[in-house]
Amino acid sequence: MTLLKSREAILVGAILLLLALVASRFPGFVTPSNLVAVFTDTAPLIILALGQMVVILTRSIDLSVAANLALTGMVCALINVAFPGVPVPVLVALALGLGALMGAINGFLVWKLTIPPIVVTLGTMTIFRGIIFLLTNGSWVNSHQMSSAFKAFPRENILGLPVLGWIAVLVTLILGLVMSRTTLGRAFFAVGGNPHAAVYTGINVGRTQFLAFVISGMLAGLTGYLWVARYAVAYVDIAGGFELDVVAACVIGGISIAGGVATVAGAVLGALFLGIIKNALPVIDVSPFWQLAISGAAIIIAVTFNSRAGRSKGRVILKSAEHAQ
Amino acid sequence: MGHAQTHAAPVLALDGITKTFPGVKALDGVTLELFAGQVTALIGENGAGKSTVVKTLTGIYQPDGGRILVDGEEVRFPTAQDASAAGVTAIHQETVLFDELSVAENIFLGHAPKGRFGLIDRAAMHRKAQSILDGIGAEIDAGVRLKDLGIASRHLVAIARALSVEARVVIMDEPTAALSRKEIEELYELVDALKAQGKAILFISHKFDEIFRIADRYTVFRDGQYIGAGDMADITEAELVKMMVGRSVDQIFPKRAAQIGEDVLVVAGYSHPTEFEDIHFTLRRGEILGFYGLVGAGRSEFMQSLIGVTRPSKGAIRLNDKVRVIRSPADAIAAGIVYVPEDRGKQGAILDMPIFQNVTLPSLPRLSKNGFTQMAEEFALARQYTERLDLRAASLDTTVGSLSGGNQQKVVIAKWLATQPTVIILDEPTKGIDIGSKAAVHDFMSELASEGLSVIMVSSEIPEILGMSDRVIVMREGRMVAELEGDDLTPETLVRHAAGISSKGEAA
Repeated sequence: MTLLKSREAILVGAILLLLALVASRFPGFVTPSNLVAVFTDTAPLIILALGQMVVILTRSIDLSVAANLALTGMVCALINVAFPGVPVPVLVALALGLGALMGAINGFLVWKLTIPPIVVTLGTMTIFRGIIFLLTNGSWVNSHQMSSAFKAFPRENILGLPVLGWIAVLVTLILGLVMSRTTLGRAFFAVGGNPHAAVYTGINVGRTQFLAFVISGMLAGLTGYLWVARYAVAYVDIAGGFELDVVAACVIGGISIAGGVATVAGAVLGALFLGIIKNALPVIDVSPFWQLAISGAAIIIAVTFNSRAGRSKGRVILKSAEHAQ
Repeated sequence: MGHAQTHAAPVLALDGITKTFPGVKALDGVTLELFAGQVTALIGENGAGKSTVVKTLTGIYQPDGGRILVDGEEVRFPTAQDASAAGVTAIHQETVLFDELSVAENIFLGHAPKGRFGLIDRAAMHRKAQSILDGIGAEIDAGVRLKDLGIASRHLVAIARALSVEARVVIMDEPTAALSRKEIEELYELVDALKAQGKAILFISHKFDEIFRIADRYTVFRDGQYIGAGDMADITEAELVKMMVGRSVDQIFPKRAAQIGEDVLVVAGYSHPTEFEDIHFTLRRGEILGFYGLVGAGRSEFMQSLIGVTRPSKGAIRLNDKVRVIRSPADAIAAGIVYVPEDRGKQGAILDMPIFQNVTLPSLPRLSKNGFTQMAEEFALARQYTERLDLRAASLDTTVGSLSGGNQQKVVIAKWLATQPTVIILDEPTKGIDIGSKAAVHDFMSELASEGLSVIMVSSEIPEILGMSDRVIVMREGRMVAELEGDDLTPETLVRHAAGISSKGEAA
């Protein structure tokens, strides 16, 4: 397998072009320290996009990731308030577990009741947010209520990169390994590529989709703690609408909404592309009103590029028939 | 029939048409002539260039060289609309219609009669649609939704759609593939009616009985080249086959005598609440056991249950003297029973995946350690089996979607052989493939049997069943109605049992 297929290469080019454009207006943006800051800021999007990638790959979609993030984040915050002595590793494990549980609920409904994933996760998205409201009556958990260890963990600097950034790197590596080197990763591709054929090869399609949702949920839960700790606040609406950024990052990264085609590099690059735009626009003095429109346009342009690449890929079928002969 | 047309000018002609795709010459200066009121059969193996011709005629492909002539005038079809405007219309293998629209809407989609303000004149559309349907003898109400129609009626709608554009040339690409015997007869009558109306018909089919029944003329292509054309009356089946494959195929069904050994698979009392009941048989080493029956007799359903896709309500199997319970396809593969589905396009390969991953997919549990795949072993296994099937591909890393149809089939078969099965179930192994490839598949099946594999072959083709099977089980309406071998194995006995015609010597 080539490390960077043409699609990813185009995305890398687009990101470099974007950085060059921003640098021409504001050279400070491309200093190493600022790039590290942008990367760290984009880390939650990267982590969530990797989870979403697995789900989309298996012909599903998970719209509940941001709500899962908010609920897990809130639960972590409440535990921290009630029991400030609970160490961070335990909280991280708890966040992973709680997120995975919510993902499992999605996956179970998709697998056993065969409800379309968009409907399931649209429902659970609302339910998860509703549960936060039930837990808190709408009140916030603020910075002064959280322990300093709780807040410090994602910001801890190791070799110049905060822990949050390292976690994104780690998740990328793990997902890279899972997707390319495990039977589970292979099953994700098989189920997304052709579920009918996958059944006969002994793959349980529903179970595979279930596991995709568990992974997505687990990563959403992890991000939940990191998000709340980093911003030092938890309330009902945190990361509201963020699930759409996550899906957009995947789509920009060349992950086919129809399933069967995805790369870890694509998901990461898609998230970075979106993250850079969001960070760069305020810096180069684009009015907030335009920022949304420009982010949106960037998504559409990127997707147009992708679908063009996809189309010419379709024609290559005939071209590589020559290799086959 | 009708007029004396042989020397009339063709309605549509291809003259020296060439179409090259990078690296492949799909059409190499081919000639094709279609005459008014005549059916011309286009005959050739898979890859002969038939589909490319259809796409060239309907404006989907642009030829690189040569001329398209309509009534002797050179024309070009830059788009599908241009071809349609010139009166060329195609009825495709998979009919492209819309389930949620009415029959009339399907017929007139894209060229509906318009009334005031450019809105669709629904009444006129309905009236015209009904008159076309009545004209072809289809007893279909133009107002019903398409999804409420059966497959044969859908074909009639597709034909009505072709007629609604005042077609002069009708291309029928494998029109009978999904039809039952009776529906095929009705289609023949329709083709005759179209001929009587003076349409020029291009008929593409793999079935020789059909071609001899329906066609007036033939044109043979081989490897993208024009081989010959003439009147059906002047040629025999054997001669046509020879033109197609470029060699004479004396033996299409080369079953070699294999050493039949000990019992391998014993199935007892397999039943399902709604699909089949009390299926029982013994399969021996090196044996090819045929399953014959009409479409819908429950053969595929039983096979799916045997490999754990569905669960039987009763019954047991013994494999190599051990009782086995198969709960899932994974269990079946682990036990050594594999199933090559009928619909190899849909249920076969995963097109976006590389060749080697497709081949190793069902063998992964055996090839992996603690859930991690073993690259080197995967490649070794994939190479071994693709080489054995003589699969020609640049690299095992290329995606299956980039291979030709024939090579994709090889990937699917390699995938199942790579599991090193004891029992292989082939469901309609040669459905929809041409005679040359059929012979290769049959040859391969005998080879498997002679190597000691036990083969179950589900087939609806009598010559295939008779030629390949050591023994045949006939199913009807979910039950085994006969088990035939030796002298009992004749076309008459097969048909009699399958159709449930009671006659003198009642069996089973």
